[in-house]
Amino acid sequence: MQSENSSVNTEAKKIQTSKVPPSEGFREAFLLHLADTTLILTQRNGAWCGHGPILEQDIAITNITLDLIGQSRNFYQYAAKLINESSLAPSPVEKAGDEATEDSLAYLRTEREFKNLLLVEQENGDWAQTIVRQFLFSVYQYFLFEQLQNSKDDQLAAIAAKSLKEVTYHVSWSADWVIRLGDGTDESNERMQKAIAALWPYTGEMFMQADYEQGIISEIHLLKDRWIEKVKTVFEEATLAIPENIFMQSGGKNGVHTEKLGHILAEMQYLQRTNLGAKW
Amino acid sequence: MQIHDLEKTFQEKIDKEIKIEPKDWMPDAYRKTNVRQISQHAHSEVVGMLPEGNWISRAPSLKRKAILIAKVQDEAGHGLYLYSAAETLGTSREQMIDDLHSGKAKYSSIFNYPTLTWADMGAVGWLVDGAAILNQVMLCRTSYGPYARANVRICKEESFHQRQGFETLMVLANGTPEQKAMCQDAINRWWWPALMMFGPKDSESTNNDQSMKWKIKRKTNDELRQQFIDMAVQQVKVLGMTLPDDKLVWNEDRKHYDFGEINWDEFWSVVKGNGQCNKQRLDARKKAHEEGAWVREAAVAYAKKKAARLLTKVA
Repeated sequence: MQSENSSVNTEAKKIQTSKVPPSEGFREAFLLHLADTTLILTQRNGAWCGHGPILEQDIAITNITLDLIGQSRNFYQYAAKLINESSLAPSPVEKAGDEATEDSLAYLRTEREFKNLLLVEQENGDWAQTIVRQFLFSVYQYFLFEQLQNSKDDQLAAIAAKSLKEVTYHVSWSADWVIRLGDGTDESNERMQKAIAALWPYTGEMFMQADYEQGIISEIHLLKDRWIEKVKTVFEEATLAIPENIFMQSGGKNGVHTEKLGHILAEMQYLQRTNLGAKW
Repeated sequence: MQIHDLEKTFQEKIDKEIKIEPKDWMPDAYRKTNVRQISQHAHSEVVGMLPEGNWISRAPSLKRKAILIAKVQDEAGHGLYLYSAAETLGTSREQMIDDLHSGKAKYSSIFNYPTLTWADMGAVGWLVDGAAILNQVMLCRTSYGPYARANVRICKEESFHQRQGFETLMVLANGTPEQKAMCQDAINRWWWPALMMFGPKDSESTNNDQSMKWKIKRKTNDELRQQFIDMAVQQVKVLGMTLPDDKLVWNEDRKHYDFGEINWDEFWSVVKGNGQCNKQRLDARKKAHEEGAWVREAAVAYAKKKAARLLTKVA
């Protein structure tokens, strides 16, 4: 967060991790939510590789994609470990006929089992839409991981702390682009405003607490305050307006998605599913 | 100094293995040949992102997906420093990209073949990157300094890609009957196009002599191709697969493998634009460039505004 454009206010009040331990299965579900979200954004961003607006930015967005898939694998691997150790037997374990792995969790769960945020499954659209999606998500992820790095769950805390370094860059990079495009040409400003309008309805869900987040994130509204504060600061510099009175869509965290997710999974999972049990 | 003397000094440097650097005097033809070759190499890296990018969304495991993304990104990086190396000779990146889009500049024809199955990711790594590396290892010692240095870095990453490609095939070769079949099929489809990557036979190649004298190239097309074949014959045994050429036999006199006739009609046909993906690849590059135009314009506009604001502040 060194860039003057994108300094996240770390002075804001500390969000407490809850003192109540999570219920059985909640931790696994929360990890899957984190893993699914970063994987689906990997899937989306990955489509830019080789098609970016200029070579340097093709490389930059792909770097972010690589960070995201790395995070995703960390969360899936940890979730798999917990699932295998627990008496709970979620569907992927039964389906693979074996123990849970990062791949069984990513490739053999269905669209109703995926817990990713609706925001990340939205289409790439133009570069403006991809940038806005990345920015809105990365700022959220920044404050979330800032909190999770203090988790009592050492493994989760370690993944969050490592990821936070990466996300710090994602926020800085995407904020710079929000400002550049917002305050660039009339056309770029218009495209940005359109992208914001398209994506804004999917931002509310980030701050609607799912059952499995209880006991892991408490006071989720504080996350929202910090998120909106940062978004406002950057949008102001970018001469972009925040939409008002927008109905917020939700459901992703609990497996009720937009129609887009089914297509993403069909494409992503087909090889694993047509060759069950094969090693790659 | 007379042109004649300059040329003499230039050739003496080359003969003494002293690198030619951007500000050194060089014959026009040397400059042109290098721009053509380096930009063609850069375009090949960038267009080469497309056939592999085709499988990013469908990679069958998270590990393979991460490896593939990193690999395709490496190619973008290679493109970037090759464009920079070519720019030292006085041609802008913009000009080079325009030449690619207009069809004036070429890229390696291998990328006009489609990547049809997951096994193609392995075969491309093993055979296509493998063939490219032999060329690039030679180019680490090419006479133009910036190009030689770019290739040193490229080779490090490419040899990693080749190993990853081979390992991808190895897993398939030890897998289910369907995976084995997929592996053999990919090798069958990529083998001959990979051999064509080294270019026409020496007897048909127009650029060889001068390029050898200037040490732009240090080995001929046929020498490199033979080196590749001798290597691949050994490696395919490790996979337990076969190469689709029944004329491959060890020749004790030559100490090399003999091989079957390459279909040069196919080679020239693809070069001329009749490959399955010629149009598709170029269209994808043009589309990315055109759709990115407003982004690049906005970035320039913003940079100008920012500079103007700074000036006002200072004043």
